[in-house]
Amino acid sequence: MNIVGGLRGIGKRVVNAVWRTGYGARFFVMTLRYSGMSFRRFRLTVREIFFSGVLSLIIILVAGMFVGMVLGLQGYETLKRYGSESALGSLVALSLVRELGPVLAALLFASRAGSAMTAEIGLMKATEQIDAMELMAVNPIARVVAPRFWAGVISMPLLAALFSAMGVFGGYVVGVVNIGVDEGSFWSQMQASVDFQHDILNGVIKSLVFGLAVTAIALFEGYDAPPTAEGVSGATTRTVVESSLAILMLDFILTAFMFQGA
Amino acid sequence: MSASLVELHDVNFAYDSRPILKGINMSFQKGKLIAIMGLSGCGKTTILRHIGGVLKPTRGQVKVDGQVIHELDPQGLYAMRRKMGMLFQFGALFTDMTVFDNVAFQMREHTDLPEEIIRDLVMMKLHAVGLYGTQDLMPGELSGGMARRVALARTIALDPMLIMYDEPFAGLDPISLTVVGELIRRLNDALGATSIVVTHDVQESLKIVDYVYFVSNGAIIAEGSADDIRASGEAFVKQFVHGEMDGPIPFHYPGNDFNTDLGVHA
Amino acid sequence: MERTTLDLWVGVFVVAGIAALVVLALKVGNLSTYNVSESYQLQAHFTNVGGLKPTASVRSAGVLVGRVVSIVLDTSNYDAKVTMSIDKRYQFPKDTFANILTSGLLGEQYIGLIPGGDDKMLQNGDEFKKTQSAVVLEDLIGKFLYNSSDAKK
Repeated sequence: MNIVGGLRGIGKRVVNAVWRTGYGARFFVMTLRYSGMSFRRFRLTVREIFFSGVLSLIIILVAGMFVGMVLGLQGYETLKRYGSESALGSLVALSLVRELGPVLAALLFASRAGSAMTAEIGLMKATEQIDAMELMAVNPIARVVAPRFWAGVISMPLLAALFSAMGVFGGYVVGVVNIGVDEGSFWSQMQASVDFQHDILNGVIKSLVFGLAVTAIALFEGYDAPPTAEGVSGATTRTVVESSLAILMLDFILTAFMFQGA
Repeated sequence: MSASLVELHDVNFAYDSRPILKGINMSFQKGKLIAIMGLSGCGKTTILRHIGGVLKPTRGQVKVDGQVIHELDPQGLYAMRRKMGMLFQFGALFTDMTVFDNVAFQMREHTDLPEEIIRDLVMMKLHAVGLYGTQDLMPGELSGGMARRVALARTIALDPMLIMYDEPFAGLDPISLTVVGELIRRLNDALGATSIVVTHDVQESLKIVDYVYFVSNGAIIAEGSADDIRASGEAFVKQFVHGEMDGPIPFHYPGNDFNTDLGVHA
Repeated sequence: MERTTLDLWVGVFVVAGIAALVVLALKVGNLSTYNVSESYQLQAHFTNVGGLKPTASVRSAGVLVGRVVSIVLDTSNYDAKVTMSIDKRYQFPKDTFANILTSGLLGEQYIGLIPGGDDKMLQNGDEFKKTQSAVVLEDLIGKFLYNSSDAKK
């Protein structure tokens, strides 16, 4: 009896997971299909860029600065042992541009903007605003979901770039200004090792993919949230957890493809 | 006798296998104000959702303006919805827009009217619900009654031929209640529209409506004019209209006998 | 929020983001050294390229003059054929030496060019005749041990 119950539980979870994946994929396709309005009436998207991008600026800039400063300190301590302090610039820049910039910016974006998106759409649904729109013959996916999606996809690479740039500056402040690593070798080593196509463009591609994943998850969770207070709060939590996991998993996959053998 | 705008023929609907509507037949005549009454959860709102094309009947059909709603393609359905207005239970105002933008929403989405004309139209609609001057407020700054009236202004923004109200009186103070009731009647007559009010507020709605359908457990149990309903001998209607505690709808939740569960044997 | 302020902020954000990308590309990365001017290609054969990679720099007297484009194994005599693209502004004599060098103990490997005295210059598609392979640390240590044990005898 217990075994049957357990099996039934597993089966239910699997069916649920498959159903949700399918529903999520369908939602994503619908979002892409009804994206026309986000570009025809670009003002809608601009408004959402303000809420997801501009309002995330402070946290991204401050976090980027501190991460860069920590990298400067830790990197210096490690490199000093091998007498290669001059490689500090390339260490700071490479770790930021390839990994930390896109990944940390996306994690911050997920908890700052992604959760807000989920809560907003969940509440719009709970207060029947989505239904009202549907009955006013306005497609809520085109009018509400798609502009937020594109705003996220546009904002994410910009935020990641700002994060990395701030980080490099933070590393410079600690490494060159504070510790006194030679400024010339700091920049020249950095430039010699950071390749535009291989490192910077790949970083941008990563952040684009993360932006896509985070907003898609956030919007789906919001749209799928049960229209109650617990439903919306649960969905917000799920957004942060699922998008963080998605970011780290996608990061591994992308890194494996991009940097293999190079 | 004028023609019907909305007709329901033997509409059945079930969630999974739980029946919500059982063979509903209704006909809503043009220009009239009709109420659908019943207890919470009896399927009233489900009827509105069928008329709006959000739900599809399991059996039977819903006709609006001569067209079967669930046979329309998405474009046809959207075209039909532009001729309808629906006021949601708590107004469902868009919380991220000002009152002005809320009322202007459909005009901006569905018409190419220049902004000056939209401005004039919005002001007219706000004036019609007595809230001229609130255009720059956010929905969160409005009282419940005012929010309901703004939502009403938004509902009639495109002068719909059919207006549906989902519990328009829920949670309103007595003054707002009278105001909203009066507005519903006046707007219906001024716009020459047909209105359907779903409510369980008997006294307020009996004052304003032309015809009433009584729904219980997914079926119509009584219908008639306001006077017919007041004079009805049907036990359930009597209990409902006069708000009696006991009657066909028992006070106690149907469960095990209380005394038996307590172990008291008679 | 006023529409115009909102637009302004979004504008500032987008410009700042793109500026950050440009800074990363030019100041942090090596975009400034990409196709700054016309380039021409030269080849060199090395018996061992060590850790040299495509996009590694080509320097002469410490100045960046080009980049390694590709490294392939030449099966005619089983050595590495390195193609590099050199800035057109810089011309090198026919007898220029191409060495694989390392910047610092842990640094990247690069190709150093030591110009000779020939009147004729290398043209697009030409090859460096004189090359010196990468110094492989293990070989060096092996040689050192062998030599010192030789000396004791």
